[in-house]
Amino acid sequence: MNGVHDMGGLQDMGPVQREEEEPVFHAAWEGRIYGISSSLRAMGKWNLDTWRHQIELLPPVDYLRMTYYERWLKINEQLLVKHGLVTPRELATGTPDPGSAKAVPALTAAVAARRLGRRIPSSHDPEVTPNFKAGERVRARNTNPTGHTRLPRYARGKAGTIVRDHGVYTFPDTNAHFQGEKRQHVYSVSFSARELWGEDASPRDSVHLDLWDDYLEHA
Amino acid sequence: MHDHDHQAVPSDPTLRVKALESLLVEKGLVDPAALDVLVDTFEHKVGPRNGARVVARAWVDPAYKKRLLADAPSAIAELGYTSGQGEHMLVVENGPKVHNLVVCTLCSCYPWPVLGLPPVWYKSAAYRSRAVIDPRGVLREFGTQVDEDVEVHVWDSTAELRYIVLPERPVGTENLNEEELAALVTRDAMVGVSKVPAPGEKA
Repeated sequence: MNGVHDMGGLQDMGPVQREEEEPVFHAAWEGRIYGISSSLRAMGKWNLDTWRHQIELLPPVDYLRMTYYERWLKINEQLLVKHGLVTPRELATGTPDPGSAKAVPALTAAVAARRLGRRIPSSHDPEVTPNFKAGERVRARNTNPTGHTRLPRYARGKAGTIVRDHGVYTFPDTNAHFQGEKRQHVYSVSFSARELWGEDASPRDSVHLDLWDDYLEHA
Repeated sequence: MHDHDHQAVPSDPTLRVKALESLLVEKGLVDPAALDVLVDTFEHKVGPRNGARVVARAWVDPAYKKRLLADAPSAIAELGYTSGQGEHMLVVENGPKVHNLVVCTLCSCYPWPVLGLPPVWYKSAAYRSRAVIDPRGVLREFGTQVDEDVEVHVWDSTAELRYIVLPERPVGTENLNEEELAALVTRDAMVGVSKVPAPGEKA
């Protein structure tokens, strides 16, 4: 989806604002929504791609106005309702509906202590053959899918060089919509700054993107 | 497509999150003790100090550096920083003619096991939008000068690979031990927006 989240190349967002001695969480609620989000995702009702796409579906004005964890709060509320785990009434009142079933939390303290970060399956899969190899010239497809994608607009239609085959990964464009994992090779593709941004860009600079087989064609 | 749902919950996120947590605990969907563990992990256990130790080890031990560049997750796990399973990480090395810069233009992908959670600026629209089109301008805003003849390589974390920059070891640190070297390494240098300052120099 061509959305405001796909920001690479915008120029009107102002200077980067830094904060000295920045805390990990700026308020206790940020840590709690972080934990809630991880706990809910551990239930397996939605995957990381679905989760990312839900953030992309925020109205653009809200997306830009909200802080990072305000977005997390909003989309976890939305996902809970969308997947039938919580009713809109429960969300509004903060108490379970009468007769609401009691579940068992998927993420316990013991599991949380062992598990940091994301669980990604092995990228080694000899069953899946790559379409490209290191050194080959490729072009990122000119495509405008209306769902989730990890091919940024600024690279579409541009030519680059495969520098490395990262192995096999789940395809976010289908996985986000529960249309299958469609596992395929992901490559580090190097694009020259001039190819991406024109002749005013530095002749020495480059941007590397990690791109799935389905995003690429031979150049 | 966008549902602008209005609800009676308070707009103050403190109250909203409190209400949400208590609802989810009552429904058995969330264990508050698991939340405590996650918050404690990122506030006290996992952060850029992990990455700094990896960098310092690579500076003093050429064999380790070679392993780190070839297979970052295994080399990082040697120091005890594991991410459960499957965090796919890559280390990119700065040198006299190459400067690396890491960004996630689409969201906020960041190497949690070695750097912890990202700072606000890394997740900001300003950084995400401009790091790819104007990396040298962004670097200048961080006070980082990269000479014209140095290649700037930007890494946009569009897939599940997570990038860490191996910064250059500053001059004048020949007599420092690994611990002292680790103390010099900053988070910003491992994202690539800064260089590692020499001892006594301001970051």
